[in-house]
Amino acid sequence: MLVRAGRFRLYAAVAKGGFRRYSTYRVATAAGVFTNTVFGIILAYTYIALWDERPGLGGYDQSQALTYVWLGQGLLTVMSLMGGGFENELIERIRTGDIAVDLYRPADLQTWWLSADIGRAGFQLLGRGVAPLVAGALIFDLTLPAEPLRWAAFLLAVLFGVVVSFAMRFLVALSAFWLMDGAGTIQLASLAGVFFSGMLLPLNVFPGALGEFARALPWSALLQVPVDVFLGTQSGAGLARLYAFQLGWAAVLLTAGRLLQNAATRRVVVQGG
Amino acid sequence: MWIRSLMAYRVSFAMTALGNFAVTAFDFAAILLMFSQVDRLGGYSLAEIALLYGASGTAFGLSDLAMGSMDRLGKRVRDGTLDTLLVRPAPVIAQVAADRFGLHRIGRVLQGALILTYGLVVLDIGWTPLKVLMIPLMVLSGAAIFASLWVAGAAFQFVAQDAAEVQSAFTYGGNTMLQYPPTLFSKELVRGVTFVLPLAFVNWLPALYVLGRPYPLDLPEWTAFLPPLVAAACLALAGLAWRTGLRSYRSTGS
Repeated sequence: MLVRAGRFRLYAAVAKGGFRRYSTYRVATAAGVFTNTVFGIILAYTYIALWDERPGLGGYDQSQALTYVWLGQGLLTVMSLMGGGFENELIERIRTGDIAVDLYRPADLQTWWLSADIGRAGFQLLGRGVAPLVAGALIFDLTLPAEPLRWAAFLLAVLFGVVVSFAMRFLVALSAFWLMDGAGTIQLASLAGVFFSGMLLPLNVFPGALGEFARALPWSALLQVPVDVFLGTQSGAGLARLYAFQLGWAAVLLTAGRLLQNAATRRVVVQGG
Repeated sequence: MWIRSLMAYRVSFAMTALGNFAVTAFDFAAILLMFSQVDRLGGYSLAEIALLYGASGTAFGLSDLAMGSMDRLGKRVRDGTLDTLLVRPAPVIAQVAADRFGLHRIGRVLQGALILTYGLVVLDIGWTPLKVLMIPLMVLSGAAIFASLWVAGAAFQFVAQDAAEVQSAFTYGGNTMLQYPPTLFSKELVRGVTFVLPLAFVNWLPALYVLGRPYPLDLPEWTAFLPPLVAAACLALAGLAWRTGLRSYRSTGS
């Protein structure tokens, strides 16, 4: 038990470090909020035109669609939808061979980076998530939940989404063990992330089979699911199903990451050593 | 040199060039998805939006190819490597622009040009010599206007250092906005991108002339021919901002 508590303290400290590390970039955070707000405004106008033409599209009214826009801008960096999380650093460590040192540490690689990434996401949620949503609510008519419980349910969905996002990016980073250069995989992953998360357009607006396919993929756990929890389109059993969807993908992807990690560490050849 | 270094990892180059192509293609995919649900957006057809999208995308791609590295300036100011460029016997701006010159960004240009061609082929335009001339004029002036934004943004980073994303709001954000017709946006916003930050001259005004559509804000017809002048003025202002920024630069070292 004592060992376990120590472990937990270690990973909590790593998470705190991740939070603190990102909180030092204050100007960059403010600049990011500005950019998210500009993009939010542009997107919002295109959505208004779209929902003017087709009211009730995807089961959302116009105000809900606008809420989707601003939650998307707020969650963009939280979920690292366009990359920019820990994966660049991990790839760099794999490329340079520093990873060999990490593997000798008495901490688990996957859990270590997961903790750091949760810390990072926590900061991004406060630093870059809240401000765009407030800006959006001031400029446009958004649908914000009145019940505190709904906000709590939303935050839980965000946490699960972060874990799914981490699990996918961990797989991306580990690919560097085989490819050495991670730029290509990172780019493909962020492409898929932007498209299949529903960052461009809500997944329930995607037509027919493409929509069903997109909604079944893990990326929909990052944005579409948290937004639906926020908007309260599902309650009771429906809400439980959304969580189960996120947790299911988290379990599958984390396990895959674990297996890949084991395979990769057997491959480690220290360059120049 | 940067081209050769990119070619060292050929597979990676192919992947990133393809990625740049795809990144922008997904933007258009979003528009296609929208048009799977509607026939018109803001009163414009898909082909008309393709013309706007392609013109802005090609212009932006060209400026990104030439000047896209300018957003790394803040990093150079922060870590002090800008000093290396200052002592070399070549203009600093050329060096920053050539820094990590990314030929893989050609993917953006190709994608924009492809959509532009699609729009031009599908649309039924009553061509006149002036309208034909307007297409290359629009793309080149647009590229120059975007390029001046990159330079002005870089000049701003001498002051702000850590604020590269503000630059993205105007460059990438501007490009995204111009992909849609001006009828979608509020009057104040359109006024802002016409008179303050003259993005409307990148594609809206010249393209609406080609399409024979009414201009935003009831602007007179001759404004469609202003882009080269606007581009020249923007470049001059950006150059001035750059020189001011460079002169105010204090190295991070002792």
